[in-house]
Amino acid sequence: MTSESSRITGLRAWLETRLRLSEGLKLAEKKEVPIHKHSVWYYMGGIALMLLLVQFASGILLMVYYIPGIESAHACILKINSQVDFGWFFRSLHSWGANFLILVLFAHLFSCYFMKAYRKPREITWISGLLLLGISMAFGFTGYLLPWDDVSFFATKIGLDIASKMPVIGEHLASLLRGGDAIGQATLSRFFMIHVAALPVLLLALLGGHLLLVQVHGMSEPESFKKLETEKKSYEKFFPNFLLKDVLVWLLALNALAALVTLSPWGIGPEADPFGPAPLGIKPEWYFLAEFQFLKLVPAKLGPLEGELAGIAFMLLFALGLVAAPFYDKGDSKLKSRIATIYGVLLLLGMIIFTVWGAFS
Amino acid sequence: MNEQVCSQKKCRNLSRADFLGLAVPTFAAFWTMMAGYPIYRYLLPKPGEGEAQSKVGSVTLGAVGEVPAGTGKNFRFGSTPAIITHTEDGEFHAFKAICTHLGCTVQFREDTDQIWCACHGGCYDPTSGKNIAGPPPKPLEPLKVAVVDGKIVVSQG
Ligand code: HEM
Ligand code: FES
Repeated sequence: MTSESSRITGLRAWLETRLRLSEGLKLAEKKEVPIHKHSVWYYMGGIALMLLLVQFASGILLMVYYIPGIESAHACILKINSQVDFGWFFRSLHSWGANFLILVLFAHLFSCYFMKAYRKPREITWISGLLLLGISMAFGFTGYLLPWDDVSFFATKIGLDIASKMPVIGEHLASLLRGGDAIGQATLSRFFMIHVAALPVLLLALLGGHLLLVQVHGMSEPESFKKLETEKKSYEKFFPNFLLKDVLVWLLALNALAALVTLSPWGIGPEADPFGPAPLGIKPEWYFLAEFQFLKLVPAKLGPLEGELAGIAFMLLFALGLVAAPFYDKGDSKLKSRIATIYGVLLLLGMIIFTVWGAFS
Repeated sequence: MNEQVCSQKKCRNLSRADFLGLAVPTFAAFWTMMAGYPIYRYLLPKPGEGEAQSKVGSVTLGAVGEVPAGTGKNFRFGSTPAIITHTEDGEFHAFKAICTHLGCTVQFREDTDQIWCACHGGCYDPTSGKNIAGPPPKPLEPLKVAVVDGKIVVSQG
C-alpha cells in the first residue's frame, strides 16, 4: 500500500522533472472566464476544436478506402457507403461534420466580432482566426470534388472559373489548381493532395498559434462586463471548471452530430461526366451560396468592367472589413465602435439573406 | 585618443550588426526564391498538354436519324464538350458546349427549344448559338456540320 502510493508519487516527480506539467497547469489555472449573459459564445471555439478532431479521425478512416482517380473515386465512395461496415457512418460523419464545423466557425467569428474581442491585444488572434476559417473553407472546396459526382464537378468548374477572373494572377492560379486547362485527373490529384496534406499541416500550425494566444491573453470581456464594479464581476476558473463544462458541451454536440449522421446519411450524386451537360439545380456548398447568388445578380457588363470581376471585387473588399476591424475600432471612439457594429450586422444579414435566397432559387 | 578608439570600435560593432541585420534577411529571401522556383515549376502544368488532344479535326457522330428534328445532343469533340442541334427547318448546327459565362456545359431543352445552361440559366439560340438571355456575354463558339453519306460529321469551325 505505502510502497504503491510512494511509487505513484515517484512517477509523478519523475514526469514533473521532465515535462514540467505544473507550469502548464499554472497557465491554465491563471485563466479565468467571465460569467455574463453572453458567456455561451465562449463555447463556440471549443466546439469547433472538437469537430476538427472528428474531421481528422473520420478523414483518416476514409483514406483507407478512397483512391483519388477519376475512374475510381466515385466507385470508392459508393463502396464506402454500401459495402464497408460503418462506411456510410464515417463518410456521413465527415460530410456533416464539415458543414457543422463551418457553421460553428461562423458563429465563433460573429460572436467574437460583436463582443469586440478583436481589440488590443487580440488583433493577431483575430486574424489567425480569419485565416483558420479561410483554410476550413478551402478544405470544403477541395473536399467537395473528391467524390467526383456531377454536381461537385460543375461546382468546382464554376469555382475555378471565378478564380480565373481575378486580375493578373487569376488565370495562373486557376491553372495551377486545375493542373491544366480542363478539370480532370490532374485536378483531382491536386485537390486530394491539398485536402489531405497541405491544408492539415497549415491548419495545425495556425491552430497552435491561435490557441496559445487565447491562453496567453485570457478571455476577452465585453464592454458591458468591463464597466461593472469589481465586486459585481464574477469569474470562474478555466481549469478545471470551464474545461469540464466544455467537455460536456462537446459530448452534447457530438451526440447531436451522430444523431444527424444516422438519421440523414449524406448522399452522393451520379458520377461526373466531363462531356455531359451541367445537371439541373447545380449549387455549391451552402457556405459559398451567398457569393454564388450575389454573382448571379450582377449583370454581364458593369460599365467598362466585366460583371463577375466587379462583383468579386466588391465582395472581397466588403469582407476585408473583417481584417481591418481591429485597426479601425480600437475601443477609443464610440462612433467607430458603432460603425464597426453596423458593418458586422450588414455583413451578417447580407450573408444570411443571400444564402437563403440562393437556397430557394 | 582613448575615446576615439572606443567610439570607432562601437562604430565597427554597430556596422557589423547592421550588416548582419541586412544580410540575413537578404540571404533568406534569395534562398526562399531559389527553393521556391523549382517547386513552382514542378507544380506548373505543361502548357498545351490538354490542348493537344483537343486538336481533333473532325468527329463522326452517326446516322442523321439519331438526332431527330427539334432535338439536340451533347457529344465529345476531342477533349471539349460539344452540342449539336437539329432545328425544325431540317438544319444541323453544332457548337462547343462551353457556356461563355463561367464555362459550364450547356444542353438542349426541348420544352423551350433553346440551348440552355443549368448553372445560371443562360440561354442561346439553337440555330446561331447567339446568347439571348441570362448572364452569358458572348455567343457559343460554332463548329461546322456536314452530312456525309447519311452520317453527321462535325469539324472545327
Ligand atoms: C486531416 C484532415 C482531413 C482528412 C484526412 C480528410 C480526408 C478526406 C477524404 C479522403 C475525403 C473523400 C471522401 C468523401 O468524399 O467522403 C474527404 C472529403 C471531404 N472533406 Fe475532408 N478530410 C480532412 C479534413 C476536412 C476538413 C477540416 C473539412 C472541412 C472543414 C473537410 C471537408 C470535406 C468535404 C466537404 C468532403 C466531401 C465530402 C463528400 O461529399 O463526401 N475535410 N476528406
Ligand atoms: S455558366 Fe452558364 S450561365 Fe453561368
